[in-house]
Amino acid sequence: MTEAIFQPDKPPVNEATSGDLFSKFDATIAMRENLLASGVEDPFSLVMEKVLSPTRAICNGRDTILLGTYNYMGMTFDPDVVAAGQKALADFGSGTTGSRVLNGTYQGHRECEDALREFYAMDHAMVFSTGYQANLGIISTIAGKGDYVVLDIDSHASIWDGCKMGDAEIVPFKHNDIEAMEKRLKRIPEGAGKLVVLEGVYSMLGDIAPLAEMVKVAKANGAMVLVDEAHSMGFIGENGRGVVEQAGVIDDVDFIIGTFSKSVGTVGGFCVSNHPKFEIMRLVCRPYVFTASLPPSVVATAATSIRKLMSAKAKREHLWKNSQRLHAGLTELGFTLGTDEPQSAIVAVIMPDLERGAAMWSALLTEGLYVNLARPPATPANMTLLRCSLCAEHSDEEVETILGMFERAGKLVGII
Amino acid sequence: MDRDEVDSRIRSIIEPFNKKGVAIKDDTTFAGDLEFDSLTVMDFVAAIEDEFDIIISMNQQAEIEKYGQLVDAVHGQVNT
Repeated sequence: MTEAIFQPDKPPVNEATSGDLFSKFDATIAMRENLLASGVEDPFSLVMEKVLSPTRAICNGRDTILLGTYNYMGMTFDPDVVAAGQKALADFGSGTTGSRVLNGTYQGHRECEDALREFYAMDHAMVFSTGYQANLGIISTIAGKGDYVVLDIDSHASIWDGCKMGDAEIVPFKHNDIEAMEKRLKRIPEGAGKLVVLEGVYSMLGDIAPLAEMVKVAKANGAMVLVDEAHSMGFIGENGRGVVEQAGVIDDVDFIIGTFSKSVGTVGGFCVSNHPKFEIMRLVCRPYVFTASLPPSVVATAATSIRKLMSAKAKREHLWKNSQRLHAGLTELGFTLGTDEPQSAIVAVIMPDLERGAAMWSALLTEGLYVNLARPPATPANMTLLRCSLCAEHSDEEVETILGMFERAGKLVGII
Repeated sequence: MDRDEVDSRIRSIIEPFNKKGVAIKDDTTFAGDLEFDSLTVMDFVAAIEDEFDIIISMNQQAEIEKYGQLVDAVHGQVNT
């Protein structure tokens, strides 16, 4: 699931309205106005005037600890990464002005794909302009009319939109429910193509999928498997290859989708695969073909960052330590969390209702802490969540400071 | 399985989801009359799928707005 605030991941149907076509958004406009009328700082117009490091910024004039940026491995200010970007900007210019299949493949794009192949130890890698486009492109292209896509109901918006853009039959199942998935796979008409779409880490609650069992069941039922590892790359698994690696099923999945906008620390998306015909995707995948490629500086920073992530064992260990400490500390303070044990670098704090959730978010910002406010309808079971994503660059002291901020804000708002 | 039997089985499944006790007719709408939100729709569809051992894909769901259309769709599937 997603970063969105007023949008469910599963795309809503906008009913026709007569006259002003914007009338269909009146309910959303009212929802926003009501929230602001309660006196909270506008969660939708936060501006970072200065970014001091992967974990600190000046937000709305205040020195703020960043705990909601998905910058898991803190690569955004890595000196080697920044230097690679500066060099590529000077040597190759500010942009490619072209599609990957025309004039938009530079040496840097190739090197970035080489780095991904090495990172995942896979035969093929394809870089998209965003992670959203990677899911959109791969899912809508490989699952065609008469095929079936079986997906977790809590999937990210880019997965849902890939389904909506394609012509396949779309069959959702209850979140992380192996039996529900299996039943649906078994009901698919014989001979139909099947694609199972899963995520390693689900970003709303920070829980992971039981991939060992799910991938096994999917393969036993003749399905191809695509796993989105956006929130695990660089961090989970011995080599940072994701939950698929941790679960020991990386060789059984057909496609891994990922992003450069989290652990890698820039922007872009990718798909890696061992499918022998994978390279044809470059010609048939419309979100890959009909858009301009990433700027040279971006692919240079991505390639450098990916290579550094291969050996970032110490950072991975520190990030786990941070996640465990924050999870334990918030539990001790009496907050309700999305998972009983820390499963990823996301710790979701469940708020009793939207009003107190928004008040808590605002109180934390005043304390100098930025987290993500997630609210219905973007959340599972219509929960209001404060999502915290930790960074390997948060120091032990910063995590303690964060806990102090949560304690004061929680008492002020009356949650703990 | 005839349409009446499909109808009565769906009626018993719908009961716990019909919180307001709306009288159900063929032209009762799920979104409007029954006020099903997306989470309710998911649970309800899953219950129907399991009862009849069928798949009602999202593509099919998009075409189903009224109770009678659901009965027809399920009846069509169990008899093919």
